[in-house]
Amino acid sequence: MSRYLLRHEAILAVLLVLALAVLAMQSDRFFTLDNLLNQGRLMAEVGLVALAMTFVIVSAGIDLSVGSILGLVAILLGVFWQKLGLPLPVAMGLGVVVGGVAGLVNGIIITRFRVPPLIATLATLALYRGLAEGISQARSVRGYPEWFFVLGQGEVLGVPTQLWIFLACAVIAAIVLGMSTFGRATYVTGANAVAARFSGIPVDRTILLIYMASGLISGLAAIIFVSRVSTTRSDMGTGLELDVITAVVLGGTSIFGGRGTIIGTLLGLILMQALKNGLALAGVKGDGTIVVIGLILIATIIISNLVRRDADG
Amino acid sequence: MAIAGAINRRSAASRLVEAYGQEFVVLGAIIALFMIVGAVNPRFLNDNNLVNIFSGNAYIAVAAIGMSLVIISGHIDVSVGSLIGVLATIAGTLAVQGYPIWVAWTVPVLVGIVINALVGALIAYFRIPSIVVTLGMLSILKGGLISVTGGTWITNMPPEFFIAQARLFGIPAPVYFMVVLTILMALWMRYASLGRAIYAVGGNPEAARAAGLYPERTCVLAFAMHGFFAGIAALLFATQLQVIQSTVPPNLELTVITAAVIGGVSILGGTGTVIGSTLAAILFACISSALVFLNVSAYWLRAVLGLLILATVLADMARRRRHRAAGRL
Repeated sequence: MSRYLLRHEAILAVLLVLALAVLAMQSDRFFTLDNLLNQGRLMAEVGLVALAMTFVIVSAGIDLSVGSILGLVAILLGVFWQKLGLPLPVAMGLGVVVGGVAGLVNGIIITRFRVPPLIATLATLALYRGLAEGISQARSVRGYPEWFFVLGQGEVLGVPTQLWIFLACAVIAAIVLGMSTFGRATYVTGANAVAARFSGIPVDRTILLIYMASGLISGLAAIIFVSRVSTTRSDMGTGLELDVITAVVLGGTSIFGGRGTIIGTLLGLILMQALKNGLALAGVKGDGTIVVIGLILIATIIISNLVRRDADG
Repeated sequence: MAIAGAINRRSAASRLVEAYGQEFVVLGAIIALFMIVGAVNPRFLNDNNLVNIFSGNAYIAVAAIGMSLVIISGHIDVSVGSLIGVLATIAGTLAVQGYPIWVAWTVPVLVGIVINALVGALIAYFRIPSIVVTLGMLSILKGGLISVTGGTWITNMPPEFFIAQARLFGIPAPVYFMVVLTILMALWMRYASLGRAIYAVGGNPEAARAAGLYPERTCVLAFAMHGFFAGIAALLFATQLQVIQSTVPPNLELTVITAAVIGGVSILGGTGTVIGSTLAAILFACISSALVFLNVSAYWLRAVLGLLILATVLADMARRRRHRAAGRL
């Protein structure tokens, strides 16, 4: 198994190098430090959510509500700060907490009521987005103070602020998934939940924590998103789940659970962002890149399934 | 023991209620909604409004028939909204470019069948989970549609094109489509062997295989039929107004899935009827219209839908658990 994982990631790395080389030849603006750092900035929100999604999918679950949680937290940030007059740092903290609660609700529906994650989060996708729309009544909030934009538009030591945050989270996620008891519990839960339960693994608690983390990190991504674009709207993060799931699955995490790594997810993320950017520089319009991402998602799984069948046989 | 006694004493009527429990619940909800909203604002029960509710949302009910097939067969399709957007655009474009009307009507349906049969084949033969294939399909169709058309509006279709605006005995054509297709499919799924195969495969694919059915072919069939209904839905959607906006109708897939699930199609596959999904689609249409008549902001609609789907799913799980408990007695 681990040999296969390494192979998938090796294939991906080679693919990434090839893609970067081709894209660099297509446009001389691609391989500039400015462009690469800027791409990192754009990648951070999807990347943050993808870290948590790796845990979710490894545990044989899925979380379709992340984009809606992002939208809800973004709206509430504006409401807490502007309508309720709370200090902005408090509003930010509360926003992330709301994200965590939203994730916890997902986890409770899944573990307590045994609703399949796909359906549970499809329902909360509608619910959270509906709450965001209902609360905001399609009004946007602007006029955040200058210091707030440091998070999404500023730099620390020449690198975008959110890239530091993302890297820190990625290191933590890689350590937790790869080296901790919790990480092992996540793999076992995803590979065979029944066996895990009989082996004394706290399956329900593991799943609950994973979905809560997914909500928390979506809340954090929401704050960064608002800071980057300087405004809140209720449709923020629509379709985010697609990008996130594509990156994670592209990175070699099995949609059936039990397999996947943070390194793979990082490679998947970079490949996706590089393609988006490279295609945009090559003159493909924004909607064309969505098509490519959809094709890549399906193609990767087909190839990965074929390779696995070979490996098994 | 109490349960066993109840089973012995049950009458034909109670068996009917048990078999179609969810359908009766939805029907009751529709009637209750009519009475309450009608009492608060009598204009809600006005003929015109009722006709608008039924004919304006018939395409959702038709799409939900196909979605029910897919979910009963044990899969899901999150790309149906994008597919309907693409097919509606194809229909409008053909009509504007002067092709015969029957071409503009049949090509989208055929394209729908072909695309979804392909999706079904990817799921069945390459063993890719339906959620992944249809998520990918969603972005391919949506991105493809917008990059080809730029989201422009299609206008100046010939007058014969507007099938959804035709009326027979004062009732708009979409209502006939909805009612006839629902009844035909309900009968087909109950009595035809292929229809029963969809239930069997969704309930337990391995058992179905052991019983001599072909789960792969059944999956492709369910998706191809789903494509057919998406095509019809796209036609009704494309021809109800004088313009077609060549983008994806927002959240359509969610509404369609929700209709199927609330109508009693179990999310775990294997059970449910298309009568339930059609009733649920009507219920939604009534709710969104009722919000307007009750002066509630339309922005709350999606939150209401989300709560509804959640409540139904939780009830479904609770009912299953009760059945399992009863089975063990």
